[in-house]
Amino acid sequence: MAMFSQNPLVNGPNYSISDMPRVNAPEGAREHRFDPYTDNGGSTLAIAGADFTVMAGDTRLTSGYSINSRHHPKLFKIGGTTADQKDATIVLSVVGFAADGEALKERLDAICKMYRYRHGKPMSVKACAQRLSTILYQKRFFPYYAYAILGGLDEEGKGAVYSYDPVGSYEREQCRAGGAAASLIMPFLDNQVNFKNQYIPHSGEGHALLERERRPLARHEVETLVKDAFDGAVERHIEVGDGLQMMIITKEGIEEVLLPLKKD
Amino acid sequence: MDHRPQAWGRPRDDVYGAYDASYLQTSGPKTATQSPVVTGTSVIAIKFRDGVVMAADNLASYGSLARFTDVKRLRPFLSTSVVGFGGDVSDMQFLDRHLTELAIDESYEHEHSENPAKSQLNAANLHKYLSKLMYRRRNDFDPLWNQILVAGFDSSSKPFLASVDLRGTTFTSPSLASGFGAMLAQPIMRRYAATEEDAARLSREEAVNVVKECMKVLFYRDARSLDRYSIAVVTKDGVELSEDEQLEKQSWAFAERIRGYGTQTV
Repeated sequence: MAMFSQNPLVNGPNYSISDMPRVNAPEGAREHRFDPYTDNGGSTLAIAGADFTVMAGDTRLTSGYSINSRHHPKLFKIGGTTADQKDATIVLSVVGFAADGEALKERLDAICKMYRYRHGKPMSVKACAQRLSTILYQKRFFPYYAYAILGGLDEEGKGAVYSYDPVGSYEREQCRAGGAAASLIMPFLDNQVNFKNQYIPHSGEGHALLERERRPLARHEVETLVKDAFDGAVERHIEVGDGLQMMIITKEGIEEVLLPLKKD
Repeated sequence: MDHRPQAWGRPRDDVYGAYDASYLQTSGPKTATQSPVVTGTSVIAIKFRDGVVMAADNLASYGSLARFTDVKRLRPFLSTSVVGFGGDVSDMQFLDRHLTELAIDESYEHEHSENPAKSQLNAANLHKYLSKLMYRRRNDFDPLWNQILVAGFDSSSKPFLASVDLRGTTFTSPSLASGFGAMLAQPIMRRYAATEEDAARLSREEAVNVVKECMKVLFYRDARSLDRYSIAVVTKDGVELSEDEQLEKQSWAFAERIRGYGTQTV
């Protein structure tokens, strides 16, 4: 009886090495010990002026304590007709996980090119901004780990800056810092661009104290501000440094500037 | 007698009782290829005036065991580019087969073109291809566990050197090193080629010497390294690959001054 009970046709295989399929794991399931994300450091910054927008980012690429590259741009011209993007009007900055940033840039650029091809006109910043939000939200449950800022000129020719979180929440702002040193740069910007906590001396006591009048900054002022902000960030954050890439968007086109930062 | 061959030589169930097969089952999902097994260590490379030099040792480790000591980790592509692999060796071999196929297709495609060298995939194209492949695999949660260096020339015939890793992160620099090389070799190479301008002033001989010096430092300090290595020089004339170099002029005198490890009492 015992011998016949080994019949595989009746009871199934019961030897020490079993070919039994695993039943306790769902089909195609995998254990995910692999972490698909890293942080590649770096910082970005954008300030909108009356008739221009300045975008900036450092050019260091890190992983952990290592510097992978001293020249890795975070600013990209978007939606030009050629590979060198010389007729582009929009700039995207990405910081966070570099591979996702690159993928995001290529998606947005391809979409802007398709828009131009289909409609015979370049995409407006407003439309591009909404589309970027959609792209990010489409990957809501496996997000692009990238903090994006989009800059350009709006329909009236005024500077426009749109800032995003990794899943696509966005708003138009006067200025925004992103990435590793965002928490160092943003308060400086609040004070220097939006004149927060600046009062006219001896203008009154307590609540009667008058705020300093807000005015749009000139282009040269903004450029100095950006350089100062990054020089400050470089001193206090190890993932920021090497080079400062700046793009100034005006109605004449996009000007690119490269300045040195501390390499330590 | 049991006539089924799979039962032969095994403890009989009617004597010993049925084997509890649950001991052999790992519960939970499949875990294969979720971590590297047989691995290669650093790959290093530096640009010079008219090309790129790349090197990697010939060791494939199984954890801390020096398992295979004659593994070629540099691979020429279309005799115009070189690809260097660090990380999992089986994934390297998969990519190697894939690149062979790609190279054959490319050669047929451009067989009758006037200038095949111009129309075929250059190093920049190849790097973009590999980065898309690696990023796709990371998105599928089935990564190829490698860090890859690609050396050759870009479309404007300038020396090209770039890296891509298992997450699809890409970057370029006048000199690049993966793994331990990023800590030990990269600082030495940056002394000679901190910028693109510095690299453009470097001669072939200087570049080869720097790389050989770095391989020596890596052998001194990286416990998963070997003194036999491959070195490749990519120039406009093609790829010169030497796969059985031996480290020269080693000096272990420094080892005597190291205190605090081993059996010394001081």
